[in-house]
Amino acid sequence: MQEQKTPRLVMEGITKEFPGVKALSNVSFQLFPGEVHSLMGENGAGKSTLIKVLTGVYSNDEGTVKLEGSPIHVANPLEAQDLGISTVYQEVNLCSNLSVVENIFIGRQIMKKGRIDWKEMKSRAEEVLARLNLTIDVTKLLSSYSVAIQQMVAIGRALNVSARVLILDEPTSSLDTDEVNQLFGVIRKLKDEGLAIVFISHFLDQIYEISDRITVLRNGELVGEYMTKDLPRIELVSKMIGKELDAVSSNRDEVAKKERGEVLLEVEQLARKGSVEPFNLDLHKGEIVGLAGLLGSGRTELARLLFGADKADSGEIKINGSKTKLNIPKQAISKGIAFCSEDRKAEGIIPDLTIRENIILAMQGINGVFNYIPKKRQIEIADEYIKLLNINPRNPEQLIKNLSGGNQQKVMLARWLITNPELLILDEPTRGIDIGAKAEIMKLMISLSKDGMSILFISSELEEVLRTCNKIVVMRDREKVSEIDNGKQVTQQDIMKQMAGGVV
Amino acid sequence: MAKSKLFWPIMVLVFILVFNLFFDPSFFTVEIRNGRFTGSLIDILNRGAPLMLISIGMTLVIATKGIDLGVGSVIAMSGAVGAMTVTGSPEGSLTPLFLAIVLALGVSVLTGVWNGVLVSRIGVQPIVATLILMVAGRGVAQLITNGQITTVYYEPYKFIGGGYLLMLPLSIFIVAFVFLIALYLTRKTSIGLFIESVGANPSASRLSGINSKNIILMVYMFSGLCAGIGGLILSSNVASADGNNAGLWYELDAILAVVIGGTSLMGGRFFLTGTIIGALIIQSLTTTIYSIGVPAETNLVVKAVVVLIVCLLQSPEFRNKVFGAFTRKGIKDTKDKGVTLS
Repeated sequence: MQEQKTPRLVMEGITKEFPGVKALSNVSFQLFPGEVHSLMGENGAGKSTLIKVLTGVYSNDEGTVKLEGSPIHVANPLEAQDLGISTVYQEVNLCSNLSVVENIFIGRQIMKKGRIDWKEMKSRAEEVLARLNLTIDVTKLLSSYSVAIQQMVAIGRALNVSARVLILDEPTSSLDTDEVNQLFGVIRKLKDEGLAIVFISHFLDQIYEISDRITVLRNGELVGEYMTKDLPRIELVSKMIGKELDAVSSNRDEVAKKERGEVLLEVEQLARKGSVEPFNLDLHKGEIVGLAGLLGSGRTELARLLFGADKADSGEIKINGSKTKLNIPKQAISKGIAFCSEDRKAEGIIPDLTIRENIILAMQGINGVFNYIPKKRQIEIADEYIKLLNINPRNPEQLIKNLSGGNQQKVMLARWLITNPELLILDEPTRGIDIGAKAEIMKLMISLSKDGMSILFISSELEEVLRTCNKIVVMRDREKVSEIDNGKQVTQQDIMKQMAGGVV
Repeated sequence: MAKSKLFWPIMVLVFILVFNLFFDPSFFTVEIRNGRFTGSLIDILNRGAPLMLISIGMTLVIATKGIDLGVGSVIAMSGAVGAMTVTGSPEGSLTPLFLAIVLALGVSVLTGVWNGVLVSRIGVQPIVATLILMVAGRGVAQLITNGQITTVYYEPYKFIGGGYLLMLPLSIFIVAFVFLIALYLTRKTSIGLFIESVGANPSASRLSGINSKNIILMVYMFSGLCAGIGGLILSSNVASADGNNAGLWYELDAILAVVIGGTSLMGGRFFLTGTIIGALIIQSLTTTIYSIGVPAETNLVVKAVVVLIVCLLQSPEFRNKVFGAFTRKGIKDTKDKGVTLS
């Protein structure tokens, strides 16, 4: 039905280059009134760059933007708002210590005789929120309401400026199911009123529930635009990941059907509100279990629960048969669990310290304050692991911030290996490092598992997962959807199907 | 040598000391008078003792990406507690002295617990948390002394700041003792490593199993203790307690000393020896300004200029810009020579 209408927004041939990176190359996007259009792509696909071009945060190097047929040049976000292009960001972008009214009118207060007309603003705010089926006391502080309501207020604020295009960037990532339904009700209402909505989310179920059309980006290029009802989930996933379905085949031989050791870790109904739905998992000694799923599927969140980096709300964890509480990382470490974070820079390396100090940090954490590892011994340990993991440079006194990503990653591995863990959790250990280092890390994983160490391997590279893992657990929308025993017959396609979910 | 963080601070310190020689040829002379070493250098060490102590504590706090603005007030509180405890005590007994020390240091450590709990457990920003104590502490000190300057007539109390041991001021030994303890704890136990890692990357430290809360609590307690000792020395020096003015602006001098010593306010790596040199620079500057007769009203400006110079010298960007011309020329020269030789 939208086909007969003229598009409200057309972006054509958009190219944006940053020093050394082509963030967008010749991308086109169109949006019709009264539709919800999803923008899909993995990290670095160019979704946010495209949105930022549209809202005037970045200026495009090439291409044109047309709003209702007339070309526009958006110099900054304020101009975008004046044109009726409003954005609601993932993190609620409001001031929680101001009242709801103030948040809705901040920066464009209604004035009367040189003073702020509170009465008018209050009634206008109530009007706007009523449009979203929301009746709340608008004079109360924003922080006194739930995140879902704050999200609605953000939308209310966006609508207030006679919006023609509404961009929702990951609006549901901190909402629970009921709140998401409530939000979707509002989105449908706005859509029926003729608003054009861009919807960005990592949750496939939500994409399929709410959107009419999907545009897929990959590596800064347009993959295609599809009607949601004509695009099976599995195809969407493969378009996002960039593997053609038929071309994916696998000729692994060495993923042996290994004899399983005893059960090391049992997880039952482990959950944390808003990040992981109740989760079950058995992990045997010497087993490598791959955790696959798209970004936002809850992989990292699960790993953090298993390490005590976040606290679980419910469920239980048994290690070697005995029930354990993992509330802080230190507890997990003392139980023989190690966790290499995906965010090496923020949660891994201590930039100002040397390779040696970075390596012994976790070990010293267990040893405590007074049981200091003598410096001589520290150097020995560092030298040993520098050799074992082929860390470059060989000098243990080099500051870690001067190392390449791959070598930093190896230092992180060394930090955990010297604690001699029973369970090693690796979150995207091969991201952003060169191919040589990737291969070395995978080889190391396999040899560690042969020595009896259990490994939980989180990776977006399905090929790596298939090459190393005995078992593959697939997560989607914060839930475990399946568990696949690896073997010759398992293909990337099988896993992608599970990652995509729904009726294929 | 030039690569060491200590190089420029040492150069500045040497410069200031040598500068004094032009005004007072006997500046470096150390004499034995009345069985005691005397001279300008001894004087700088002695007078700089409180600042050195407080700066040692401040260094560890700053290394955790914190700051302790309360130390000046803790000096006043500690001095007030100490002086009020001994005031009116009989000369014969040493018990009041020990009681004063224990009480004053106890109160100081408690202030550290207060700061540490606010920062580590409640999550108040360090500058805000310690600002509370900066204001409140001076108030408490005034309450203890009833808002008046209390003079101490009890002789043993004067020994803390004015006493001599092995012909040298006792305060020098106190500083040396605290410095060595700090050095030992941070180099021979893992406290130093933990402080640096918590300061440089708190979330990575937590994931490595380090209890950053306790580390942070501990550095504030240590800073409180250092300030308390400094407060006792200062109060003993003048044999009185002055809730209003004792330790005024010490927190700022201490922060300066730490920064001059090469520790970054962003946390992470810290340099205790650098801090000591920084404190000595500030103290010798003060002494110099008085001794060469700079008009009193220009004191603070002169001090600020010197501190600015030290900070500029420590900035690699600044050094490259100013000295870069020389260096490049030097390299070019050697290159030319090489060409001629071959």
